[in-house]
Amino acid sequence: MDASTIIEILNSSVRLATPLLLACLAGLYSERAGIFDIGLEGKMLTAAFFSAAVAVASGSAWLGLLAGVVSALALSGLHGVASITFRGNQLISGVALNFLAAGMTVLVAQSWFGQGGRTPSLQAGARFTPVDLPFARALADTPVVGPVYSGFVSGHTLLVYIAVLAVPLTWWVLYRTRLGLRLRAVGENPGAVDTAGVSVIRLRYMAVAICGVLCGIAGSHMATALQAGFVKDMTAGRGFIALAALIFAKWRPWQALGACLLFGFLEAVAVRYQNLSLGGITIPVQLMDALPYILTVIILAGFVGKAIPPAAGGIPYSKEA
Amino acid sequence: MGAPGAATRGQTAPAIELRGISKSFGPVQANRDISISVRPGTIHGIIGENGAGKSTLMSILFGFYRADAGEILIHGRRTAIPDSQAAITAGIGMVFQHFKLVEPFTVLENVILGAEEGALLRPSLRRARRELLRLEEEYELQVDPDAVVGDLSVGHQQRVEILKALYRNADILILDEPTGVLTPGEADQLFRILARLREEGKTVILITHKLREIMDITDTVSVMRRGEMTATLKTAETGPEELAEYMVGRKVLMRLEKNPARPGKPLLEIENLRVTDDSGVERVKGISLNVRAGEIVGIAGVAGNGQTELLRALGGYAEATGTICIGGKRVPLSGPGADGGARRRAGIAHVPEDRHREGLIMAFHAWENMGLGYHDRPEYRRGIFIDNAALRQKTEGRIRRFDVRPADPWLPAGSFSGGNQQKLVIAREIESDPDILLVGQPTRGVDIGAIEFIHRRIIALRDAGKAILLVSVELEEVLSLSDRVVVMFDGRIMGERQAAATDEKELGLLMAGVAQGDPA
Repeated sequence: MDASTIIEILNSSVRLATPLLLACLAGLYSERAGIFDIGLEGKMLTAAFFSAAVAVASGSAWLGLLAGVVSALALSGLHGVASITFRGNQLISGVALNFLAAGMTVLVAQSWFGQGGRTPSLQAGARFTPVDLPFARALADTPVVGPVYSGFVSGHTLLVYIAVLAVPLTWWVLYRTRLGLRLRAVGENPGAVDTAGVSVIRLRYMAVAICGVLCGIAGSHMATALQAGFVKDMTAGRGFIALAALIFAKWRPWQALGACLLFGFLEAVAVRYQNLSLGGITIPVQLMDALPYILTVIILAGFVGKAIPPAAGGIPYSKEA
Repeated sequence: MGAPGAATRGQTAPAIELRGISKSFGPVQANRDISISVRPGTIHGIIGENGAGKSTLMSILFGFYRADAGEILIHGRRTAIPDSQAAITAGIGMVFQHFKLVEPFTVLENVILGAEEGALLRPSLRRARRELLRLEEEYELQVDPDAVVGDLSVGHQQRVEILKALYRNADILILDEPTGVLTPGEADQLFRILARLREEGKTVILITHKLREIMDITDTVSVMRRGEMTATLKTAETGPEELAEYMVGRKVLMRLEKNPARPGKPLLEIENLRVTDDSGVERVKGISLNVRAGEIVGIAGVAGNGQTELLRALGGYAEATGTICIGGKRVPLSGPGADGGARRRAGIAHVPEDRHREGLIMAFHAWENMGLGYHDRPEYRRGIFIDNAALRQKTEGRIRRFDVRPADPWLPAGSFSGGNQQKLVIAREIESDPDILLVGQPTRGVDIGAIEFIHRRIIALRDAGKAILLVSVELEEVLSLSDRVVVMFDGRIMGERQAAATDEKELGLLMAGVAQGDPA
């Protein structure tokens, strides 16, 4: 395996990890604030569709991104109304949103474009294209620095950089700002926040909104950067894998980055080596494709140490003395 | 009666004055036309039974509920308190019965939560640290600012709550049942802190159902009964008997009358019993204990020192190692035969600590609950069916004998008050004619009138020659009811005393894990 193959696999790991990472951070904000969200999948899917549809119609990737974010925010709003204002069951609300997204995207796509529930392929201007970082061209032929900087660090779409920068930003918000302190507190003991004179409801809506924005970017990335358009069920369970990564990371941002990169790497390997031969035995492609899901099962079964979720997670808040 | 007129007499306005506060939840009137006036720099007690409306009143003061009618004056100024923020701004601090702390946070983070100075934490934390250390010094409330709250003892967590209020410049501090979770030693420390706060000119409102605390620390006291304020008195001019009468609305026997025990042969013999909980922690660490016929053995201790697990193991719903002999016969402690049904057949009846989860099924009728654990007895069976008519008939008799109100076997258990629910459980267990009765927290959440009744029934059972093992976190109850007192600390027996020959102070030290002869 030569250096360029390694760089290639790493590049594709990062690209594939990006939607996971954005969704994982989205879940982190929501769950840290005490709102469980298994609707990440549905929000991503909805955002993927609307970003693709608007990008097709307008020819602008940016308008597509905006549409994706707004549509995911709308679903977040529904989840918020159901689980914060009306104190409904957060799991049921999330499941409902997933069904809504799976059905609605295909239905609307069929009605708008008539191509069997998909959008037409996006033209160049309607997609996010790789950006070259400064000096990437100039340094391309330098040994070591060249392949690493020009080959790996540079040349991703903007959304990839946004996702990666969201990690330190999330850490900073969570542990260094007033908002972060309150978000963490409201997920552990909303009574403490309420009696301190801070609105539990407003904080939780804020967390759910941030979750919507990040899911929106994640979905847009899938439809307008990773691929060129929307196809049915294109998120393929990534919202659930992001939840697994979130548990794996024990609801912490840097660890979330690590977990998502691991999942991205497994996916990249599966894509690269469709029929991997190891010492004469050919590993079937189905097994390679299943790797991320197998890892998800292992994580959720609790084989990676005890993960303690925020204490008030999933419980609607009501005042009592 | 409350004396709102007193406000105008002195030169200083009352710290808090309530005028005609009323609040109802649906058909239930929780507060009816309540008026009190508390002078600044005093400790004012509010006493009343569970459900008398104390907590509702305080929740109104702290902006959790809005009163339907009435007004609140803080230092003579009419103040609206629509939410907690308004209460904090008005200088009111509240220490809830269940602490409002974020356990994974440090003391400092808990203190600044909601009172941060700006969007960034660092400057707030820096200033808070200085201020916190000053407050700790001034009020003798030492706590490590960097300690994680979840690791602190309950007594220290309570200090954090008080510091939170002081940090927000509270000059009126309300404490709701503050000693429920404390050892007697910790409670004494709390009272010293409250006295100190009074010296510094703070006003303290202490809500409790414990008469002794009112007598020990307060300057004035208001009594609530069924949502109304029945009396406001100077503490020095009243006594426990009078207060109890105002609380219950009739004369209450404060001293429990009982004859000396005449213990017979041991009915329950426990040898080196060990119990490990679900998370793998050993909670009972080798306990040996006998309970004889015709005596009450009381287990004292702060909640969480293994009493719960001991009761569960004896009752047959936690596995254990060691030996338990009932009437001289060994019973299995794990595997088949180690269950509640087998223990009941062996002669143990069990009033569990948590009647909501283990004693009753709240959605079931009273008569259905009466059969729980005993439904396989011949008197309740007709072939393979349960004899519902027999159960209902039995329930009617028990409701009469135990004075359960309302006397309706068809009412779901959840619709009875705490005291009447407990009477249902106790009636079921006592009338199943056991040799041994295990009783956990017999009067938790039970009002004074019912406490007296329940205590008398337990003593009557003792006098009938049964063995009784009592577990209670109410030291007063253990002392007055038991013949022998055993103190548990950290899963072990710290000491054993004859109830007549010991006092709360001695037991309190044992409860805190201080062995005899150690310096306190």
